[in-house]
Amino acid sequence: MLTASVWHEIFNFTNYGELLALVRNSIIAGVVLGVVGGLIGVFVMMRDLPFAVHGISELSFAGASGALLLGVNVVAGSLTGSIIAAILIGVLGSRARDRNSIIGVLMPFGLGLGVLFLALYKGRAANKFGLLTGQIVAVDTPQLSWLIVTGIVVLVGLLIVWRPLMFASSDPDQAAARGVPVRLLSLVFMLLLGLAVAISVQIVGALLVLSIVVTPAAAALRVAASPWLVPVLSVAFATVSLVGGILLALGGSLPISPYVTTISFLIYLGCRFLNTDRVKATTFFGPFAARWSRRSRSPIRVHRTG
Amino acid sequence: MNVLHFDNASFGYGRRPLWGGLTMDLQAGQFLAILGANGSGKTSLLKAALGLHPLMSGTVQVAGTPPHRGSTRIGYVPQHRRIDTLTPLRARDVVGQGLDGHRWGIGRPDPKRRRRIDEMLESVGADAFADRPIGQLSGGEQQRVRIAQALVADPLLLLCDEPLLSLDLNSQRTISGLVDRRRRTHDTAIVFVTHDINPVLPYVDRVLYLAGGRFRIGTVDEVMTSATLSDLYRSPVEVVRSGGRVLVAGVPEDSHHTSALRAG
Repeated sequence: MLTASVWHEIFNFTNYGELLALVRNSIIAGVVLGVVGGLIGVFVMMRDLPFAVHGISELSFAGASGALLLGVNVVAGSLTGSIIAAILIGVLGSRARDRNSIIGVLMPFGLGLGVLFLALYKGRAANKFGLLTGQIVAVDTPQLSWLIVTGIVVLVGLLIVWRPLMFASSDPDQAAARGVPVRLLSLVFMLLLGLAVAISVQIVGALLVLSIVVTPAAAALRVAASPWLVPVLSVAFATVSLVGGILLALGGSLPISPYVTTISFLIYLGCRFLNTDRVKATTFFGPFAARWSRRSRSPIRVHRTG
Repeated sequence: MNVLHFDNASFGYGRRPLWGGLTMDLQAGQFLAILGANGSGKTSLLKAALGLHPLMSGTVQVAGTPPHRGSTRIGYVPQHRRIDTLTPLRARDVVGQGLDGHRWGIGRPDPKRRRRIDEMLESVGADAFADRPIGQLSGGEQQRVRIAQALVADPLLLLCDEPLLSLDLNSQRTISGLVDRRRRTHDTAIVFVTHDINPVLPYVDRVLYLAGGRFRIGTVDEVMTSATLSDLYRSPVEVVRSGGRVLVAGVPEDSHHTSALRAG
């Protein structure tokens, strides 16, 4: 039957034990990316940069496909593309409006370059598709060490700038008055973000980076507000999505990305429903919430306009 | 003690000075209100005192030395901006940023720090919502937390930029009262930028009025008069004192406001 075979293609757990040994590298890569993506996502949300993440990942894709064409290290190519994009966005787009237009200009250019490189590339077709939609199962050992080293750089960098970055992301004026180098931090953050995106492109693919760098943090912010709990939950959500996705994808013949993005999305949905605070839920429940919670809603309204 | 001192200071962006020739002293425990039209350079004066923007000429000193970025001698409440409802900070975390938000690293739990934050939250009456997300607090509640953040490092000088903007009358009274109490209990000098003097009228020692690149400084009775403001604006301005309020009419820049008679 057709449906049964499709189902079999999506979930298939025969010879699971043997397969598991084969994807050890991928699982390690998944955990590294879970930690990095989950942590950096909190700042991506606070600084309102999801669009920038998407822009960086398209240039990262261009870099990776360029490297594929030239036959050099794909991770290095992807890192180069990411860093160039991150610096351009960081330097040219200090104001939100400038930033969005710069990203809007860079993104199609990056994607176009990537398509050009892939069209010229005569190698295996799976490599091409993998850059866009993920290829974690193919992570080999040298690639893994690149990913881990980059991940550690991002992690250490984030831990060093954590408090001032939090300050600068929540109240830049006050942070500047307190001596926080706000401009410099914003550039440092874009660089770290570039590195994190480059790792993600290797694993979930350029088109789906947001599911690791944005969705888990957005979910965590729905259910927590403490500066400790939010990053911890965000890392947990990202790691569960990635490792869970790898384990589920193992038996079937499909790429890993749909599993990862689906788990990540379901966690987000769950968090929105779990969120008992109606003030936060207004956008979701729309007019109903407005009727139940006019009192708790009004202060938000007042200072939004102020 | 002389906490804030400007000597023949002028300030501007590019070549055009916003104001010039400002010489003034602010002593510990004094309350100075800064008034003036939009764009008259009220916020710039605070930026100069914070060391965030250099003067064009003259000098500024805070407690006897030139200001530098990140000084803990100054507490600053910047002009209010919207705090996103999804900000991962509780009221107590925002106050904590005033203590060590500028330090590198992630910080570690410290009971002494926690106690200090608790005391500060209590002193501004914010203990009831200490653990609530900052983005979910009302405007008045957020402003209390921001004042606690500015005061938690025990500054000699508190600079507030339009702290009453978009607050209801009750919250305006609470916030002004809090600031006044601070200078009485801790001898903190206060610089309070506001477009309406009435909420702080009972507390103000002196008024600095900026308009058209010039200024007047003195007591409320000296500055808030028809003669002084008409001279400052070079156009007839009417000041009426009525029932303990100061009402100003005919300020030229105010043509875009809906009412001609505005508290000023």
